[in-house]
Amino acid sequence: MIKLTNVSKEYAKGGFALRDVSLHVKKGEFVFLTGHSGSGKSTTMRLSHMAERPTSGEVRVTGYTSDRITQRALWKIRRRVGFVFQDFRLLPGRTALENVSFVLEVTGTPRKDIVPRAQRLLTRVGLTPKAGSLVHELSGGEQQRVAIARALANSPYVLLADEPTGNLDDRATRGVMDLFWDINANGMAVLMATHDLELVRRYPKARVLELDNGRLVYDSAAA
Amino acid sequence: MYAIREALAAFRRAPVLTGLASAMVGLALYVIGLLGLATYNLQQALSTIEDRVQIAVYLRDDTRQSEIDLAQAELGEIPEVRAVRFISKREALELAREELPEFSALFSDLEVNPLPQSLEVELIPGERSQEVVERISAAALRYPFVEDARYGREWVDRLFALRRIGAATTFAMGSAFAVVAALIIGTALRIAIFARREEIYVMRLVGATNGFIRRPFLLEGALSGLLGGGLAWLMTWATYRGVYAFLFQLAWIPPTWIFAGLASGAFFGAIASALAIGRHLRQV
Repeated sequence: MIKLTNVSKEYAKGGFALRDVSLHVKKGEFVFLTGHSGSGKSTTMRLSHMAERPTSGEVRVTGYTSDRITQRALWKIRRRVGFVFQDFRLLPGRTALENVSFVLEVTGTPRKDIVPRAQRLLTRVGLTPKAGSLVHELSGGEQQRVAIARALANSPYVLLADEPTGNLDDRATRGVMDLFWDINANGMAVLMATHDLELVRRYPKARVLELDNGRLVYDSAAA
Repeated sequence: MYAIREALAAFRRAPVLTGLASAMVGLALYVIGLLGLATYNLQQALSTIEDRVQIAVYLRDDTRQSEIDLAQAELGEIPEVRAVRFISKREALELAREELPEFSALFSDLEVNPLPQSLEVELIPGERSQEVVERISAAALRYPFVEDARYGREWVDRLFALRRIGAATTFAMGSAFAVVAALIIGTALRIAIFARREEIYVMRLVGATNGFIRRPFLLEGALSGLLGGGLAWLMTWATYRGVYAFLFQLAWIPPTWIFAGLASGAFFGAIASALAIGRHLRQV
């Protein structure tokens, strides 16, 4: 699904963010990526949907490799990978339903199918009654659910989540995590970056990867 | 379809920003509109003067009618010549009396008519250049019975010099203003697109193709340009009315010019958008 082989990433100003990291997220897995801030979690997440390319080594995402795919063809990967951010990144001034239908629209879903499918996605994340609300009228937890519905719109193979609960209170966090587990139970791989070890401990079934100073220092599957 | 809907929605969602972009485009094109108005009127004025460019071929008094007919026919066959009119001595005197009333007493006391008979050579519009005038005068002077051929050399020289200066000035100022307008339009649309970078980012992230992302922005740019062009048209029209009512008579620019202005507004808008969006498409 996502495979990093001897990947290093060096920034012109910031030095090395990752050094010789190899990891493999397999089909249907639930993986936590942990580490302190600056350990390389976000870089790994960005490499995983090819928002960035590695300085050396190879990144392979759903069959596409980093040294072959062009910038113009990235949309092929993006339709197979769903992405959820800490700050939601919803389009302001639009409703929850519009934020989800937007994805379906830009990826060429037939017009008559867009609204019913968007509604189904919102139902899946438990937001049916808020479909018509503008995003700024929603709570943080609700906004993150809209973001998750949006990430699921393309029926991706893998869901990437970068600190998705970072801005949420405990209750909202639990709701979002339950949703991720539910999604994972249906066969979708989930790779979630978090620095919250307390949260990680609550889900002992998940695989845990730990980064420190740009190196992979722990993998529960190997332990 | 999506592109059209999104382009229109952009105006609805951020009316101030898109309105501001259109206003900036409008002001930039307004300057070009004023230049167009001035150029067109200068051109009109020059061509009115140019209409009067004709050649007077003076004939000896003893020229025979058959010779006059021959010269009239031969000069009339030159492609640039529209008509050749014969003016007899008597007609010349009558014309002189009409056109110079202050000397009418002098003309009526004459015992002998001192004015020569002549052929008045009128040229086809657009062929009244210095070179043509000189060539036809030279041809007329080759007849032995022709005394002189006049076209007001200095006057024609000056007219054509003025025309050349006018064309050069218009070209230089037009190019400079067009560059300024293009930069302003580019900046205005860059700001409008910058405000929507998040949307572009999300589109890239969820797998929209570059062409799909670009289309509504191109259309929006073209629409801003078109609106700006319309605004410039209105402002130029208002200026024209103002000048016409309070300063002096002016001619309004022809519809083809207006159409070209609107089309170039739309074109500049689309190009500026395409350039501005390229940077954002490379980011994620």
